[in-house]
Amino acid sequence: MSERTEKRTQVADVDRSLYDFTYSEEGYERYEDGLTPDIVRAISEKKDEPQWMLEMRLAALDTYHAKEMAPNWGPSIAGLDMDHISTYVSPRTKQAKSWEDVPDDIKNTFERLGIPEAERESLAGVGAQYDSEIVYHNMREEVAKDGVVYTTIEDALHDPQWEPVVHEYFGTLIPPADHKFAALHYAVWSGGSFVYVPAGVTVEYPLQSYFRLNAEGAGQFEHTLIIVEEGADLHFIEGCSAPKYYEANLHAGAVELFVKDGARLRYSTIENWSKNMYNLNTKRARVGADAKMEWVSGSFGSHVSYLYPTTILQGARSSCEFSGITFAGATQDLDTGCKVILNGPHTTASMDTKSISKDGGCNTFRSSVVIGRRAEGARATVSCQSLMLDDISRSDTIPAMDVRNATASVGHEATIGRISDDTVLYLMSRGCTEAEARTMVVGGFANPVSKELPLEYAVEMNNLIKLEMEGAIG
Amino acid sequence: MSNQLLRVSGLSAGTEDKPILHDVSLAVGAGETHVLMGPNGAGKSTLGHVIMGDPAYQVSSGTIEFDGKDVTEDAADKRSLAGIFLSYQAPVEVPGVPLYSYLRTITQKRPELKMTARKFRARVGEIADQLDMGSSFLTRELNVGFSGGEKKKIEMLQLLLLRPKLAILDETDSGLDVDALSVVSRGIETYRADCDGALLVITHNTRILERLKVDRTHVMVQGHLVAEGPASLIDSIDEHGFEQFEKASAVAGGERA
Ligand SMILES: Nc1ncnc2c1ncn2[C@@H]1O[C@H](COP(=O)(O)OP(=O)(O)O)[C@@H](O)[C@H]1O
Ligand SMILES: [Mg+2]
Repeated sequence: MSERTEKRTQVADVDRSLYDFTYSEEGYERYEDGLTPDIVRAISEKKDEPQWMLEMRLAALDTYHAKEMAPNWGPSIAGLDMDHISTYVSPRTKQAKSWEDVPDDIKNTFERLGIPEAERESLAGVGAQYDSEIVYHNMREEVAKDGVVYTTIEDALHDPQWEPVVHEYFGTLIPPADHKFAALHYAVWSGGSFVYVPAGVTVEYPLQSYFRLNAEGAGQFEHTLIIVEEGADLHFIEGCSAPKYYEANLHAGAVELFVKDGARLRYSTIENWSKNMYNLNTKRARVGADAKMEWVSGSFGSHVSYLYPTTILQGARSSCEFSGITFAGATQDLDTGCKVILNGPHTTASMDTKSISKDGGCNTFRSSVVIGRRAEGARATVSCQSLMLDDISRSDTIPAMDVRNATASVGHEATIGRISDDTVLYLMSRGCTEAEARTMVVGGFANPVSKELPLEYAVEMNNLIKLEMEGAIG
Repeated sequence: MSNQLLRVSGLSAGTEDKPILHDVSLAVGAGETHVLMGPNGAGKSTLGHVIMGDPAYQVSSGTIEFDGKDVTEDAADKRSLAGIFLSYQAPVEVPGVPLYSYLRTITQKRPELKMTARKFRARVGEIADQLDMGSSFLTRELNVGFSGGEKKKIEMLQLLLLRPKLAILDETDSGLDVDALSVVSRGIETYRADCDGALLVITHNTRILERLKVDRTHVMVQGHLVAEGPASLIDSIDEHGFEQFEKASAVAGGERA
């Protein structure tokens, strides 16, 4: 691996090796492929967990084995051979509080992804996970002084103050029996984040966790548990990437978000998986009265995705905004969308999604709106815009609505568009090449989502769009 | 006049199933101002588009030379970088692309316009002021939600920024109110004065020509160039309309058939 330093924010100069590099996992602790109670016990023992957690893992493993493999309504996951996915790969290193203490190969990985730089410039705290374990975790002192906790679930479980809190919340929003891969997640979960923001505290800068899956033929099963207490305010950013391998990789994380009365949580994600990845991720938020949940989601890469962040608007007048974009290129079949359940009266949800399909890529967008009986005056709008870059790609929209209160209203709108020849001519006649013109139009299409992201991430997203437009990501 | 900037020779062009331009020849020297007039549907916009390199039209015969090179086969971006500019009759809207960053991108494509970000900002601000454009224009999306007149100002902004050798203005003046018209006229004058650029002005309206010294006037009817003359030809058209030429075109068309 050469020692060139690449600047992540250099848009003009797109380098395809930016995400696509690997380090040897020699010396790493890698558990046998496949899934047995012994492996689950070994993971739990290594983490020195409370008994309840081990029991939860073993019960989840039973659930996993009991459930049917493939859903019959989405993209095929036949290429995912669980007997050949290693569920636990740990770099032999302790979690560090300083980048100095992170081993060079791993530190270089995150340097190249621009994480330490972003931490210095614009973040309140950073967690970095490499394969199955968090290798770096740190938060600004002034944030800690406010009582904000940002750590790993493992560490929280070892802290007598936080173990009962984890016990109270963990696995309650996404139960292990939710679906087969949720069960798998609870059996073998490792790493991820625990965030607690006390009542009334506003965290000025975002916290960010970055998940890097380096090992070939492995799975990543991080668990994110965030509790934003009453009237508190947090922006959490999740970044993910993996290099290209020929064997299938699996990502089955779980994200549980508790947004209490009057609180606000913004959860931003940039996922950039390699195209051998099965991304079967589950994300869910429960929102209290007068509270607000905001999702910003950019999904790039992966061979197959099943991803539908779900918001439960439980409290009166709570609200949710979702803006997301997916990009499906050659060999990709992405089944994404969002779900919202409006239970409280006068709750509002607005979901705005965009998809881009190119080179035979396939996008399916599912939206689900459920309005409960008590949800007087609830309002939900879903808008889905698809951009097709050629005739061999596919884009489908599948809306579902279940409205049980006569005073509620739901709006749905879906459009499918193409880049017009007139637009390409206009931009070319001002000096852009045809490829630049198309990339510019696609970037503009994605703009309503990228402008919701902090600047560096918006830049990264534009960069990813450029790479996808060039077909450069493996 | 051997050293022409633009030389269109014997050009016939049209869409796949419809011939539009027939044996068109026209030459514009560096720094000259030419006017192209003709009734609706004559093929004026088509000629502008074909000179710009719009792939919607196919050239069946003839050539387009620009600055000493045959550009007939070149794509629009190459022609743009060579110095051809077309101000569109109906500029397209490009959602999500901020005008300012778009301007930066198209400027950076041209080595001769290399400047620092700071200088660029000043330059754009200066032109926007000349064109009476509020600074909020620049943060908006390219042509999105702008009125017809405002879109034409954005075309002028690009013209003054890119400093092309030849500007084809396709009814840049039509549909403008008095104020916008005077702003656009000033823009054209500035282009003439600052860039010493050549102009091919497609218009129905003689007002925009009042402040320009016109070198040649061309008249197009039914895809034929039927007359060419000095600036005074404009006055004659103003008075008598195109009827006199329509007969000529019928004859030309008849001969062809
Ligand atoms: N892209 C096109 N497809 C089909 N017909 C066209 C196209 N462009 C122009 N035409 C036709 O060619 C003729 C000339 O059009 P145009 O060049 O726009 O005329 P003008 O600008 O002089 O009013 C018209 O009959 C018009 O309908
Ligand atoms: Mg016209």
